Amino acid sequence: MEEVRLMKGNEAIAHAAIRCGCDGYFGYPITPQSEIMETLMELEPWNSTGMVVLQAESETSSINMVYGAAGCGKRAMTSSSSPGVSLMQEGISYIAGAELPCVIVNVMRGGPGLGTIQPSQADYFQAVKGGGHGDYHMIVLAPNSVQEMADHLCLAFDLAFKYLTPAMILADGVIGQMMEKVVLPPFRPRLTEKEISEKYPWATLGKPQTRNPNIINSLRLESDEMEELNLLLQKRYAQIEQNEVLYETFLCEDAEYLIVAFGTSSRVSKKAVELARAEGIKVGLLRPITLFPFPKIPISQLANQVKGMLTVEMNAGQMIEDVRLAVNGRVSVEFFGRMGGIVPSPDDVLDALKTKIVN
Amino acid sequence: MKEEIIIAGFGGQGVLSMGKILAYSGLMQGQEVSWMPSYGPEQRGGTANVTVILSDEAISSPVLSAYDTAIVLNQPSLDKFESKVKPGGTLIFDSNGFHRFPSRTDINIYRIDATEYAFANNSAKTMNMIILGGLLKIRPIVKVENVLKGLKKSLPERHHHLLGMNEKAIHTGMDLIQKVN
Repeated sequence: MEEVRLMKGNEAIAHAAIRCGCDGYFGYPITPQSEIMETLMELEPWNSTGMVVLQAESETSSINMVYGAAGCGKRAMTSSSSPGVSLMQEGISYIAGAELPCVIVNVMRGGPGLGTIQPSQADYFQAVKGGGHGDYHMIVLAPNSVQEMADHLCLAFDLAFKYLTPAMILADGVIGQMMEKVVLPPFRPRLTEKEISEKYPWATLGKPQTRNPNIINSLRLESDEMEELNLLLQKRYAQIEQNEVLYETFLCEDAEYLIVAFGTSSRVSKKAVELARAEGIKVGLLRPITLFPFPKIPISQLANQVKGMLTVEMNAGQMIEDVRLAVNGRVSVEFFGRMGGIVPSPDDVLDALKTKIVN
Repeated sequence: MKEEIIIAGFGGQGVLSMGKILAYSGLMQGQEVSWMPSYGPEQRGGTANVTVILSDEAISSPVLSAYDTAIVLNQPSLDKFESKVKPGGTLIFDSNGFHRFPSRTDINIYRIDATEYAFANNSAKTMNMIILGGLLKIRPIVKVENVLKGLKKSLPERHHHLLGMNEKAIHTGMDLIQKVN
C-alpha cells in the first residue's frame, strides 16, 4: 500500500505531476503557489522520469511554452495565481482554439489587480466563463483537500486529452498552503514518442513521409471554417456536460435548506452544516467538484426539495449566478461571502444561514 | 478525540514548526490532521499563527472560529485569540514581553516561561519544543514517542543528532508549566 504522507496542497500537485507522467512544467513564481515549482525543482524529475521543469521569464511565456509542448502531444502544465493567470488568458484561448490538451493550476489569491496574497475564489467567472476571448470553455476542477490536489491533477490530464481542451485546477491559497494527509497516485510512465504518434495522430512530432503535415493553428480566416471549429467545440462542451459532471453531497437526504459551496468554502460550510444540525436546522451541502461542467441537474432536483439555498463563496457572488440558473426561480437563492483574502469562519456561515435563509 | 489548536506568536519563534511537529505526531498515531498556516507578509517580524487539528474522524473545516486550546507567545496573539478559546478550553502563554495578562475565568490558563528559560540556558532554538512539552503535560493529545517519530520523519537526516536535545526540551517544558487560575 502507498504511504500516507503529510504535505501541502502545492507540494501534492508537484508530486502528482511527476507520477502521472507529465512531460513538462513551465511556470513563473507567485505566492501562494510557489511551492509547486520549488518542489519540482527539489525532486529533479529530469533525472528520474525525464520530465522538464523550467522557470520561464514570465507567465505569458510559460503558457506559450505549454502551447508548444501540447502541440507535440506532450502532457504539459503550468501553475500560477490570479494575476499570473490573467497574463495567460491569451495563450489559453489559443490553446482552446487549437484544440490542444493541457493543465493549468490556479491557486487563487484576492484581487482585482495585484491584490493580496491571501486566499480567494474571485476567479470563478474567469475560469468557467472563458477568461480569454472567443466561445470556449475549459474543464474546471475545484479540489477541496490536499488529497484532491493530487487526484485532480491526474484527472485533469485525462480529461484534457479525452476532449482536447485545456483543463484548469481552480484551488485557492488555503488548499495550496495547508498540510493534510495524502496518498500519492501510482506512477504512470511518460508516453514514448512512438506511443504519442500512435495515440495522437494530430501531434507535431516531425513529419514522416507517409502522411501530410500536421498543422496546429488557431487562425481560421474563412468564416465557414471558423464556424465549423466553433460547432465542433460546442459539441465537445455538450459531451463534457453530459459525461463529466462531478459533485458531492453531505446530509442532503432530509435537507430543508441547502448550502452550495466549492473548494475551501465547502470545507468551512461543511463545518457550518454540522453546527446547524446540532441546533436542529435541517441543512445539507452540495459541493460542485467540476465547476465546468456545472452540476445543474442535482441542484435543480434539490430545488424541488428545499425551501431555500445559500451559496458561500470567497468573492462577491459569482457561482450564485449558475446556481440561480439551475434553480430557475423556484426557491430563493441567497449569497454569503467574504472578499479580499478573508476566509469566512464556520460561525459566519451559520449566522448567514440563519438570517438569510432560515427565518 | 478531536483537538482544535491555534498556536500564535512572532515570526521566528518556531510557531509553524511546532504546529508541523504536532501534525506529524498525529499522523504517526494514525489520526486525521490538518495544518493551516498564516502565510505571507505577517511572517516578516509580525505575527505568525497556525491552526492544527488532530482528530479521529475526517476534518471538515481547516479554518476555525473557536479553539479547544490556544498557545500564545506574544501580546498581539493573546489579544487576538483569548476570546476565541471555547469555554472550558485551555490557554497557554509565555509571558515574555506581556503587559496585559489573560483574564478569562471560564477557561484553564497556564503559564510557561519558556523564552526566559531558553535564553538563560543558551537553548533559544528549543524554545518551541519546551512549549510543546508544556502542552503535552496538560493535554496529552499525542504520545512523546510519536512526537519523536514525527520529528525523525520531518527533519532531514543531518539534523537527527538533535533529537535527544529536543526530547530533553519536551521534558523541561513538562516541568516548567504552571496553572495560573
